[in-house]
Amino acid sequence: MTLRFKTRLATASVLALLAGSAYAEVTLSLLVDNTPSTVASAEALAAAYTAANPDVTFDIETRPGGAEGDNIVKTRLATGEMADVFLYNSGSLFQAMNPTQSLVPLDDLAAQANILDSFKSVVTAEGHVYGVPIGTAMGGGILYNIPIYEELGLSIPKTWDDFMANNAAILAAGKVPVGQTYGATWTSQLFVLSDYYNVQAAVPNFATDYTANVAKYATTPAAMTGFDHLQQVFEAGYLNEDFGAATFEDGLRMIAQGEVAHYPMLTFAIGSIAETYPEDVGNVGFFAQPGTDAAQNGLTVWMPAGLYIPVTSENIDAAKAFLEFVATVQGCDIQTEAMGATGPYLVKDCTLPATVPPVVADMMPYFQTEGMTAPALEFLSPIKGPALEQITVEVGSGIRPAAEAAAMYDEDVRKQAQQLGLPNW
Amino acid sequence: MTTIPKRRTYYPSWFFLPAAVIYGVLFMLPTVASLWFSLTRWNLFEAHFIGLENFRQFFSEPFLVKGLINTLIYAVLTSGLKTICGLLLAVLLTGEIIARGLLRTVMFFPVLVSTIGVGIAFTVMMHPTRGIINVSLESIGIDGPGWLTNPTLALFSVAIVDLWKGVGLATVIFMAGLASIPQDYYEASRIDGATRVQQFWRITLPLVRPATVTVVTLSLIGGLRSFDLIWAMTKGGPGFSSDVVASVIYKQYQAGFYGLSTAGNVILFALIAIIVLPLTWWFNRREVEQ
Repeated sequence: MTLRFKTRLATASVLALLAGSAYAEVTLSLLVDNTPSTVASAEALAAAYTAANPDVTFDIETRPGGAEGDNIVKTRLATGEMADVFLYNSGSLFQAMNPTQSLVPLDDLAAQANILDSFKSVVTAEGHVYGVPIGTAMGGGILYNIPIYEELGLSIPKTWDDFMANNAAILAAGKVPVGQTYGATWTSQLFVLSDYYNVQAAVPNFATDYTANVAKYATTPAAMTGFDHLQQVFEAGYLNEDFGAATFEDGLRMIAQGEVAHYPMLTFAIGSIAETYPEDVGNVGFFAQPGTDAAQNGLTVWMPAGLYIPVTSENIDAAKAFLEFVATVQGCDIQTEAMGATGPYLVKDCTLPATVPPVVADMMPYFQTEGMTAPALEFLSPIKGPALEQITVEVGSGIRPAAEAAAMYDEDVRKQAQQLGLPNW
Repeated sequence: MTTIPKRRTYYPSWFFLPAAVIYGVLFMLPTVASLWFSLTRWNLFEAHFIGLENFRQFFSEPFLVKGLINTLIYAVLTSGLKTICGLLLAVLLTGEIIARGLLRTVMFFPVLVSTIGVGIAFTVMMHPTRGIINVSLESIGIDGPGWLTNPTLALFSVAIVDLWKGVGLATVIFMAGLASIPQDYYEASRIDGATRVQQFWRITLPLVRPATVTVVTLSLIGGLRSFDLIWAMTKGGPGFSSDVVASVIYKQYQAGFYGLSTAGNVILFALIAIIVLPLTWWFNRREVEQ
């Protein structure tokens, strides 16, 4: 009798579950940035998840990157209009969106066991993890056009002086040495941000002291170097003619098709090159931002963006289930298929295909050698001044000298630190 | 027996209540709230009172001074050009010319187009190497400048586009003003042997004054708070070289410094009031004297 009752109960609950799942059709809204590779991998992940769970469909929205994107994310979070799942930077920008008040903690996801600690640490606030990784770790440095290097017989520069010597040779050959795209202001920051490996090699305590309002860009010569370099390439006349108006998409075209020899950029750009100029992927290589010491030429590394769930979502459980799916080996493979291999994943046991684009092949050795990588400053300190991109446009366009710009950026950072309520500011 | 004097109002006072509620909720409340939030460090979730710190910070913004100067340049330039061009166009379009109706329509057309659309279209045309303007200049042997990428030129390029977009409205206001001038004056002056130029300076210009006041005031306020066209075309760039007060405020808001940007709005409000109130007072006084 008891047994039969239990069986009946079990049957009833199974039926209820089935009925429940059959009727619980959910449409998850998903907000991602408009980079072609991001859109492609978000669409692929959504399609694969819907194929496995037909009751869950997706409504994918895109937003611009840079300051415009920061604004959209912050405003939608604050007004409760955020999508069920959204993509946004990890590190300092993650800290700036009030994660403890606006996001759902994801400590209880089973997938957390698969995610590498180095990623968890950049999406953690007050001891809780709020994001899962999407995309791959990337390097900041310089994309170069392989045919131009082969034609002129140039070798990969290990120091800034080598780099400038290469540029002189490229200019002498009648080509444009450096492509800059200040029409998309965020792209102007690369020389400064990618130089962080060299900064921390010279000043190991910079991140801590900078957060504590002790170290400053303007008074730390190693930190100033990035601003100096921006000024130097402009003054030497190494830039493309339309550097002030060119956009990120122009930059991808210029480097892929050999209109310029170098393009300072993050390696994730190779995903967009693969999307837009698939036949030119093999023509683009990569090297880390050159510093002063050829023996110590390491890579500044960016963590991938995270996927987050806002507390205002009405489909938190469905959203969590989707994130469980993203942070698996299968999730990595779907992304690799959609945007190509762009770098190492932050999920355990994810692998890259045997043949990868040259950019990735050039980047991987830095990861495989101990001490040859350092995280970018935005993953070591919660403060990043919002006006950096305008300041670097000014330096890179010859409007403001490097020293003045660095001092100006120190002031900009102060506002961010005060807004975050950090001590000592 | 005394009679109670009848109140000289046509409606009971509760008729004013709906308007008062709308005004209070939509105008008074936000104004008071913004004054309060301008004194706080605010992240939309919580606000900490920090006194006048935001105002100190805003005035120490390195690009604010530049933004203020740019705002004044932009407002005076666009307002002046719209007044002059608007009046000349209005004189032309009220005269006896061929296809007057068509020309009037064409002249007003830019006013109807979305500002952002105009901004994007002109940004494409003003591209330093691929834009139609510089490509055309190149074909006749002129090396065109970077209209929007040259830091000294960017603000003026935007101002010219603003003129193109806004002059239609000024022209229409002037045309209405011209139409209200009685023809008798022109006839009388013609009998006295006045030339067309003399008629313009002695009759048209003084008598079109109410229209001039409207155009100057409207376009000056528009110029002082202008934002959309500048944002669509340069985003205040390159760097900070075409920043105006409104774009500085917007960037603070974009960065999540909500208290600071609210303080900026309070400052912009005060700035417009300081410039426009005396101006309208002066114009109106002159009108009364006449």
